[in-house]
Amino acid sequence: MRTPSLRALAVAAVVTLLGGYALAFFYAPIEAEGFIQKIFYLHVPLAIVALLGFMVAAVHAIRHLRTRDPVHDARSYVSIHLSVIFAVGALLTGALWAKGQWGVWWEWREPTLVSFLIVFLLYATYYPLRYAVEDRDRQARYASVFAITAGAFVPLNFLAVRLAEPFIHPRTFSSTGGLPAEMLLAFLVCLAGMVLLWVSLVGFELGSKRASADLSRLRTALGGGG
Amino acid sequence: MDAFAALLGKDLRVELRTLRSLPAMALFAVTIFVAFRFGLDRTGLEGGLAAGVLVVTLLFAAILAINRLFVAEREEGGFELIRLAPIDRTLLFAAKAAALFVYLVALELVVVPIFALFFLDSAAPLPPLVPVLLLADLGLALTGTLVSTIATMSSARDLLAPLILLPLLVPVVIAAAGAAEPVLRAGGPEYERFGTWLAVLGLYDGVFALVGYGVFDYLLDD
Repeated sequence: MRTPSLRALAVAAVVTLLGGYALAFFYAPIEAEGFIQKIFYLHVPLAIVALLGFMVAAVHAIRHLRTRDPVHDARSYVSIHLSVIFAVGALLTGALWAKGQWGVWWEWREPTLVSFLIVFLLYATYYPLRYAVEDRDRQARYASVFAITAGAFVPLNFLAVRLAEPFIHPRTFSSTGGLPAEMLLAFLVCLAGMVLLWVSLVGFELGSKRASADLSRLRTALGGGG
Repeated sequence: MDAFAALLGKDLRVELRTLRSLPAMALFAVTIFVAFRFGLDRTGLEGGLAAGVLVVTLLFAAILAINRLFVAEREEGGFELIRLAPIDRTLLFAAKAAALFVYLVALELVVVPIFALFFLDSAAPLPPLVPVLLLADLGLALTGTLVSTIATMSSARDLLAPLILLPLLVPVVIAAAGAAEPVLRAGGPEYERFGTWLAVLGLYDGVFALVGYGVFDYLLDD
């Protein structure tokens, strides 16, 4: 069931993303690395939004543990679900970018890519964890504990991996100057569009889960009463 | 504090009497060394390779202990007793983590000299490894106890624990191996970024101690 606000959010997401990519292709200059660099406008927002999504999931998990309200658990679950999908997207686009720019599909000496792989592997275990616990209430509680632990882990992981290797990954906002204005604008619009996309997808999935829950509740009530 | 000592003492006494985990861990570690000798086709190790073999072996041996950490509680109703006892339940987390830390240190007292015997030219690198291994053991103990608690209540616990644990322990592996690599170099122990790696391990231990302290209670609720 889509409320008007969710529909507006979805439209805004599509419009912003299209606008962002238009800016990326027609307004921002082609960098020294060539046209393949344009994938940066897709890859980096995917990565940033995935990581933010994991943080958001941790916050929802904290609220779930505090209030025991299953709504927060649902939000945490959906946040992790979509962030994992966005993370896969970031890994795939990262591999494409690596192949185009450095000639290899994967580079172990690239700390950001490796950190991302580790974070993805960790959050991918969220599903086996949930399926392994039968009792619904305990499942939700354990999942929340996992989301909080994993959320605390993410910054530690990036720190450790970054320390391990000298970086060759292009820094988005480096201290020596950052992006020229046109690229920055295109990037920010793409980032905003990706955030809106993530939020709308979360809204859609939560709505769909709520509808399924309502449906099964009705079925049980009708079956019991009839 | 009494409760912590009681819980820790119980675990250590049980382990001492039954020797359920430690001999198996030590044997497993030595067998892994043999596997590495043939898998890498090397009779001597130094630098990064030595650090990697040592850290990964300790990691896998720790997983054995972690899988078995809550066996007694699960099979003989220990969790119910803890819930009923008028103590702070987080003390169970602290006691189990301390017990696991003790197992790991005991393991290393046996296994690290054997590692030196098998693969190193001299015992000179061993003393600098002590702070590295102690901090890494603390991280293994804290994260291991947390994950063991999560896994112990689930149906696929032997599979789930290593699956969740290994990504979480990557920073420990990176930092421990990073600190150990210059120490284990052929010419004699060197110290490259030694302080940095120890700081990373310390940070990891601090973060997971806090996380464990914060969330453990919720794991025991029912």
